[in-house]
This record gives sequence, structure tokens and C-alpha cells, in this order.
Amino acid sequence: MNLVLSGVAKDYGTTRVLDGIDLSMEPGEFVCVVGASGSGKSTLLSLIAGLSPVSAGSVSLGGVPVQGPGPERGLVFQSGALFPFLTVAQNVAFGLRLLPISRADRERRVRWYLGEVGLSSWADALPRQLSGGQRQRVAIARALACEPAVLLLDEPFGALDVQTKEDMQLFLREVWRDMGTTVLMVTHDVEEAVMLAQRVLVFSCGPGRVAAEVPIVLPAYRALAIKRTSLFLGLRATVEDLVRSHMLSPEREKV
Amino acid sequence: MEIRPGPDRLRPGRVQLALLLSQRITALMSARTVAPVAPPDTGRRTWEPLPRRGGRSRPAWTRGRSGGAGLSLRARWGLRAASILVPLAVWTAVSMAGLVDPAFLPSPPAVLEAFGEMLGTGQLVRDTLASLGRVGAGFGLAVLISVPLGVAMGTSRVALALLEPAVGLLRYMPASAFIPLLIIWLGLGEPSKIAILVLGVVFFNTLMVADAVRRVPGELGQVAATLGARPGEVLRKVTWPYALPAIVDAARINAAAAWNFVVVAELIAAESGLGYRIVRAQRFLQTDKIFAVLIVIGIVGLLIDVALRILRDRLGRWVV
Ligand SMILES: Nc1ncnc2c1ncn2[C@@H]1O[C@H](COP(=O)(O)OP(=O)(O)OP(=O)(O)O)[C@@H](O)[C@H]1O
Ligand SMILES: [Mg+2]
Repeated sequence: MNLVLSGVAKDYGTTRVLDGIDLSMEPGEFVCVVGASGSGKSTLLSLIAGLSPVSAGSVSLGGVPVQGPGPERGLVFQSGALFPFLTVAQNVAFGLRLLPISRADRERRVRWYLGEVGLSSWADALPRQLSGGQRQRVAIARALACEPAVLLLDEPFGALDVQTKEDMQLFLREVWRDMGTTVLMVTHDVEEAVMLAQRVLVFSCGPGRVAAEVPIVLPAYRALAIKRTSLFLGLRATVEDLVRSHMLSPEREKV
Repeated sequence: MEIRPGPDRLRPGRVQLALLLSQRITALMSARTVAPVAPPDTGRRTWEPLPRRGGRSRPAWTRGRSGGAGLSLRARWGLRAASILVPLAVWTAVSMAGLVDPAFLPSPPAVLEAFGEMLGTGQLVRDTLASLGRVGAGFGLAVLISVPLGVAMGTSRVALALLEPAVGLLRYMPASAFIPLLIIWLGLGEPSKIAILVLGVVFFNTLMVADAVRRVPGELGQVAATLGARPGEVLRKVTWPYALPAIVDAARINAAAAWNFVVVAELIAAESGLGYRIVRAQRFLQTDKIFAVLIVIGIVGLLIDVALRILRDRLGRWVV
């Protein structure tokens, strides 16, 4: 299913934080969004997730306009936002419990997704017993269990240390290739964006717009060593320069 | 306000002030004559290194046995026992020494005797049950009213705007001040006593429940919605379980208030209950009985608290 945004704008009060966003994503595409803090990246995800209404333009998935949150658009926050009172397995099962499927079917799916994120032995643990990286794996498994057409990730690895972050990047690439889900991920980390995405969108501030788009011409299979290749470093420098050049902008437009 | 510092205390300050002024003046003069602008910041720091604070500031866990966190189980229970036994010993000593008329301060054995007597006739059990029954009804009713109201206030802006001013105002009207009014409205029977309990608890509990519900992180509800939960399901499956330990905690605090109010209500008009027993004993100057009943009130209150604490800990095992 294609995710299509056309002319999307968002106002908070009299401030326009997003303006004229046009974006089209093919099924199975992996796109990263980078840009200065406050450029409206999280806002964009919440619009696509249907958590807040657009002020202008439209968001549609598979030709159907988005009118509220739904399991076909999974969302993962930086904090993970796990339900602390549920075990890991119950967290993953949350969306499935809302559907009319048998218990056996549900448990089979939960087991499979826990295996997919490498947390089978943690099924009965509570979120507070997990490390930061493990929590993000649960959050991703919980979203994936609902078989979303689009997975929206808002700085999911922002709070992790460099090594864990790199593990998680490899993990996410793997999951994405396994599942064939469309992924739209927001990140502060340009290296991460280049490592993961097929396309990187650079946001500009005040109001947020897509200022540039950089196709990431790297092989489909990416090991960590790719980060040291000149091709990678060149792409990274390109994106970094773009981010920097679009960080400061004149006046914030008033509606 | 007039400030009249002594000449001694001011002297150092005055000296400093004079120094500062002379520095200012020379700076100004030199600025005017020699340098039109302040000397540029050379980047080198011109001040002394910060002084270090003396004394130890080790965290509690390094303090070993004597510190709060490292307290051994035995020491902890020893202190707990002392918290009860020391006042008891002082009481015994004062009453044994005959410093106070036993009609005012009965001795522990006399209180124990009165306790045994009231227990023997079944009076004490009847009174305790009567008071507990009223608390059960009044507090139970208050919880039944306040939890839905609080959840509504915590989740809906409409309910919050509608209810908060009224509840906030009513909360400051002491329930005991309603007693005369309630006796006029409801008579001297059980309804007026239960109504006092409800009035005393319901507003506080509503606000505390609303607060507990408001403290549920918004992200959790948003994530639930993206997993397909409808608003009612978010409330039942996310908001409610997250807020429940805090709601039980609020109830625990207000149960103490309810237990106080029931005794107050019984002091004024009742034919049974622990408060009534105190008034009766007062009429016959039986301070030993009053003491015995007071101790029972304290112990029953503590038991209610412990029970609700256990419930909270059961429900809140997931809390960090
Ligand atoms: N609920 C809200 N009400 C009012 N203003 C908001 C709200 N949410 C976001 N904003 C404003 O919208 C702008 C974009 O915020 P957003 O969180 O989308 O930025 P971001 O690109 O995700 O930033 P960061 O990289 O720091 O996460 C900011 O200026 C912020 O102040
Ligand atoms: Mg953000």
C-alpha cells in the first residue's frame, strides 16, 4: 500500500510547524527523515499515525484517507512507551488481543515476533527489567505484531549507546527485509539515516518542509563495515551539509 | 521594617563597600582618561579556584550499618519496637510515680484492665464492628462516587472544567461543620453519619483519583490507539491499570480520614461505636476506658492502612 502525503500542513495555534509536505512511499520502502530539532519531524509522524489532524492537505494509505490512529500504521516512540504493567509477551500481544483471533493463534504470533526480535527468553519479564535496547525491540515487535503496512519510528535508538545502536540498526535492517514493511523513520543521527534508508529526506525549519531528498545508493545488504567506505562517507557528508544549511531559516511564518 | 545592625557586624561590610567604591571610582576615572573601553577578555580566568566544601557527603549506601539504607533488619525492628515501647515506658513511669492524678492519667495496667472488662462484656467488639460498618458503608460509597468522577476528570477536559471548581471548593468545607446540617436533614440515625463520612472523603478522593489518572503518560494511550485500541479500550486496558496503584494509594490516605470522621460523627450523636464509647466513658470520668478505646482506634486504623498497603503493593508490582 502506498503512503501518500500531499500538501500536508500543520498549525499549532497560529504557528505553522509543517507546510507543503508532499511525500509518496512505495510499499516496502525504507525512508529516513533528518532535520534540525523543532523542524516538525515528530509532528509529521503523528499526522501519519492519525494521532492529530492535518491542518491542510491529506494523508492516505493505499488510497484510503487517514482519519485516525489504526493498526495498519504502527508507531514506535523514542522512549519505547511499553506498558509497564504488562509482561513483554503481553505487550506484544496488546494489539492482537483487540482482534477476534483464537488464543492459540495469538500465542503463536507472539512467540514468533519475540523470536524475531531475539527476546524469547524474556517473554515473562516486566519492561522495567529490560535494557534500553531490549525495550525498543519489544516496542518494534509490538508494532509489527499488528502487521502494519507502515512502521513509523520516532528516534527509536536515540537514547542508546553507540554499540547498542549499531546492533539495533542491523537488527532493524534485518527485520525490514524479513517483513517487507514500509518504514518511515525519524532520526537525529545522519549516519544512522544513511546506514538504514533507501532515501533520506532533509527537513528545514520554520515551518518544516522537505528541503532536500538524497537517494542512498548503497547495496541492499549493509554490514557495519560499510560505514567506513568512501561512498558511505560521501553520502553522510552530503546529508550533513544539507541538514546544517537548512537548520537556520529566516522568520517563522505566521498563518 | 527598620534595619539597625550593630556597628561591629557592619564593619567588614563597610570596608568592602569602601574598597569596591574606590575601585569603581578609579576604574571610572581611568576609563575616562586612559582606556575608553573595558580591557578585552583575555580568556584567562582571573578568579581563584572554587573553594571545596568540608565535611563528608557520602551517599547513604556507603554509610554501612548506621545509615538509613544499610540498616539491618534487626536494627530496623529494634527501632520500630522502641517507637512504641519508649512512649509506653514514659507513660508507665509517669503514672507509677504518682505525678498525675490517676483520674486524669490512668496507669497502663488500669487501661489494660478496662480493656479486658470491655472485651469481656463484648462491648468493645460490638463498638468496633459498629464503627467499622459505618466506615465500610460511608467510605465504600465515597469510593464508588469518587473513582468514576475522578477518572472522568482525569480523562476528559469537559468533565475537568465542569467539576474541578465545585469539587475544589467543597473540599475546603470541613465535613464536621456539616454535622448540624446533616442532623437537621437526615436525623440522628445512620444516614447522617454515613453522609458525614461521604462528605469528608469524596471530594479529596475525587481530586486524588483525577490526579492519578492525569499522570498516566500520554504516549501510552497514543501507542495503544495505534495498535487499534478504541478510546474505551484505552481507558480500560491502559489508563485504568496504570493508575490503579496510585488510586489505591489515594484510597489508603482517605481511609485514614474516614476512620477519623466516623469517630467524630459518633462523638456527637450515636448509640454505638467507638466514638460513642468515649463519650459514655467521659460522662463517668472513666479515663481508663477512654484510653483503651483510643488505643483500639489507633490499632484498627493501622490495620486498615496495612491492608490497603498490601493491596497496593500487590497491584503495583510492576512499579519501578
Ligand atoms: N502539541 C503541540 N502544541 C504546540 N506546539 C507544538 C506541539 N507539538 C509540537 N509543537 C511545536 O511544533 C514544532 C515541531 O515539533 P516536533 O516535535 O515535531 O519537532 P521535531 O522535529 O520532532 O524535533 P526533535 O528533533 O527535537 O524531536 C516545535 O516548534 C514545537 O514547539
Ligand atoms: Mg521529535
